Amino acid sequence: MELFEAISTKINYWVYIVIMMIGLFAMISKNNLIKKLIGMSIFQTAIILFYVSIGVKEGATIPILYHDQVHAAHGDHGEADTSHGEHGAVESHEADIHINPDDFTNPLVHVLMLTAIVVGVSTLGVGLAITQKLHREFGSIEEHEILEIIKSGK
Amino acid sequence: MKILALIAVALTGWLLMSAVSDFPDWGDPHSPANSYRLSQGYITDTFPQTSVPNMVTAVLADYRGYDTMFETVVIFTAGIAIIGILRRYGPKDKVIPEQKLYKKEPDLIVETTCRLMIPIIQLFALYVVAHGHHSPGGGFQGGVIFGASFILLALARDLQATQKWVPESRILNLAGTGIFIYAGFGFLCLLLGSNFLDYAILHKVMGVTPIEARSHSMLGVEIGVAFTVTAIMFSIYSNLASNGYMKEGL
Amino acid sequence: MIEQSPALILIPPFLVAILVALVGFRYQKVCFPLTVLSLAGSVVACVVTLMRVIEGGTIRYFIAGWAPPFGIEFRIDGLNALVAVTVSSVGLLAAIYSKNRVPAENPDKVSQYYTLFLLLITGLLGMVITGDAFNLYVMLEVAALTSYALIAMGPKRATLAAYKYVIMGTIGASFYLLGVGYLYIKTGSLNMFDIHEVLKANDLFGSPAVLVAFIMITVGVWIKMAFFPLHAWLPNSYAYAPTTSSAILGPLVTKVMIYVMIRLTLTVFGVEYTFIQLEWSNIVVWMSVLAILAGSISALAQTDLRKMLAFLIIAEVGYMVGGVWLADETGMIGAIYHIIADAFMTLCVFLFAGILFAKTGKRDLSAMDGQFKKMPLTLVGFLVGAFSLIGIPPTAGFFSKWYLIQGGINSGHYEYVIALLISSLINAVLFFRMIEIAYFGVKPAEGHDHDHSDDHDSGRSEASASMLIPLLITAAILLLIGIFNKDLVAIITDFVSPFNIASGAR
Repeated sequence: MELFEAISTKINYWVYIVIMMIGLFAMISKNNLIKKLIGMSIFQTAIILFYVSIGVKEGATIPILYHDQVHAAHGDHGEADTSHGEHGAVESHEADIHINPDDFTNPLVHVLMLTAIVVGVSTLGVGLAITQKLHREFGSIEEHEILEIIKSGK
Repeated sequence: MKILALIAVALTGWLLMSAVSDFPDWGDPHSPANSYRLSQGYITDTFPQTSVPNMVTAVLADYRGYDTMFETVVIFTAGIAIIGILRRYGPKDKVIPEQKLYKKEPDLIVETTCRLMIPIIQLFALYVVAHGHHSPGGGFQGGVIFGASFILLALARDLQATQKWVPESRILNLAGTGIFIYAGFGFLCLLLGSNFLDYAILHKVMGVTPIEARSHSMLGVEIGVAFTVTAIMFSIYSNLASNGYMKEGL
Repeated sequence: MIEQSPALILIPPFLVAILVALVGFRYQKVCFPLTVLSLAGSVVACVVTLMRVIEGGTIRYFIAGWAPPFGIEFRIDGLNALVAVTVSSVGLLAAIYSKNRVPAENPDKVSQYYTLFLLLITGLLGMVITGDAFNLYVMLEVAALTSYALIAMGPKRATLAAYKYVIMGTIGASFYLLGVGYLYIKTGSLNMFDIHEVLKANDLFGSPAVLVAFIMITVGVWIKMAFFPLHAWLPNSYAYAPTTSSAILGPLVTKVMIYVMIRLTLTVFGVEYTFIQLEWSNIVVWMSVLAILAGSISALAQTDLRKMLAFLIIAEVGYMVGGVWLADETGMIGAIYHIIADAFMTLCVFLFAGILFAKTGKRDLSAMDGQFKKMPLTLVGFLVGAFSLIGIPPTAGFFSKWYLIQGGINSGHYEYVIALLISSLINAVLFFRMIEIAYFGVKPAEGHDHDHSDDHDSGRSEASASMLIPLLITAAILLLIGIFNKDLVAIITDFVSPFNIASGAR
């Protein structure tokens, strides 16, 4: 079926958007402060997975050069030296060490998502610290209870 | 309230999904993102220009090193923010009575296991940092593993005991030193006449070719990141676990 | 070294922040001088960069030596440079103000507070000068994390407000990140100018993904700038935070997000797409009219002084969003001029509110009672700020409203003009009410006499120098910006005119 093909070739996007929406719903609608933070964590994790799935290439490996490519390049460091690859091929004279971009996944998205993971952890840490302070001051971690205490104990 | 949230979430989800039909297929090597000169250039030019086989580390620490520096600042900020929000000095105020956790005696099995495992964990963390150029790894990953070893010690024994090794002042010094290493590399490049974080100019100081200077500076910068991440991981844990008092942990 | 001035905008606050965290932990006395010195250095670098831009046009500074899109670049033109000077000067003035307030309100956390303060300014400056879309997200998160903590360090109600800010701020930043991701899927680049080139070259403006990216980025930025109805986090946060926090956050965070919106609509998506192809201008102008009216009317209903000022910020955001989306050159000039003017106006009134709270300990309007006799100099500073918010010449507020109204008339959006005038009237009512209390005293409630006995004892007691000097400098800057508005507008027009936004009557 065409609908099945439309979904299955892009299944990663569908799945991650659904997970994002689950996280977003938890963030907005739950009353317990910790549950909201868990929703935030789910939301941010889904965005990270969404990005990483952009860079996937079928049949490719991780973005680290093969052992023999590195050694071949080291081998003729004496002669060919610093080829600032305009067309990007580290060619040696005899063997054909050619870096084919289709063999490696896109490294840029991994870099971006390293940053996003750190940002997510930091925000979660600050959110948890604020929740602890709220518990210390009001004695509760349910949002409606805290609002009641504020309204009554003004 | 829940109905409103459901409607908002459904609308957002529908909006996001409406564009998916426009996207390239999953795993397509010729999608616009994968075939643009940016990622192609990263894959083919990284090794000739920086002599680092791990493309992710090269992009992280060199091409987009400015982003990584501020990522380290983000985690440093989180540590300082949590200290600022939670930390309490002085006697406990008994406004909300807190649960009294019973003091544990040291358990033989836990003690022995930790004594065997923690050095290995730390050694592995150092390996991950040092091998960031040739295998998956780098400053953040190694730093988290190292920080986890301290957290394991605090969980196995008591927070007070762990603070003999890592008191709060040492943690802050370690974290600050890490960022100063990173910013120091960049500032040194500025002083030597080139742009901020342009490592190639450091070959004058290091005595190697400019390409290798990039590779060595990347290792130095990753070490700085590892320091900061180690320190802040433990600081966040100890503040959250002890509710700011730094006396009694979990 | 002059070539390195873009990097030197960021480096002093950033390095000194770490230094304050380490050294200030032990020696608290050293925090304040270090902060002021580093921010002064940053102001100098910003002014030097502005001079270079006026002489030589756009500056492109490649970090790590790699040309974009492989590396990150700073791209500083007229708009950037002006906003950078504004951000760093406001930071310096608020830092001078904070000398007595921070040890009074957070006695044992002084070094952490100043570290977060400097990192906030670093994040905001980084957002302003960068030319890379993902780098903007990282800087956005630096600024956001520090602002969550700066608000949460206040008393009880501030903590709950900070929590709400965490949730809403994260949603906003994540929407922005999703938008950048959608753009990356279609174009493959992260540099703002490069994205525009690729969108034009591959003719992607009609694709649904780019439309969804635009919506996600715009909604994310609207959440972070507290555009009505996404403003719920702002009033409580700025009302209950420590006085220095609201003095630094109120003027800056929302204005920098408006700069981000201008940068994205003009540079990344282009004028043609935003204003002509999308045809949203009418809806957004109506939304901004709602924002202006809602903010101003809610401000009328408040008794707490800082909460009233926070609602005025929401109205000001409405002015600027409307000014940008009028799709008119004069309106855009007015909005950019208003960013600069509003930063100083808001700083002026929040500094005054902090001084009032420090002197009297009261949060509501009755704190103004008899202040005309007690601190006339301070009130003069406040008057300049109040007149600027109302829009009385020769303060800066009058000229920015003038340009905005002209833009509204040119583009035929008379509802925007009417909303501006109504809001000016409401501001006049608000501030003259306060001035009346300051001059004549609180009106006695039925049944008991106004107690004059304590008024005779207290004579002149001005605010201390560290709090008074920034207030007076801000007032002077407001007058200067107003009187020299032609020069500023010339710089802004240089920036805006190449975009060919449809000007003249429709």
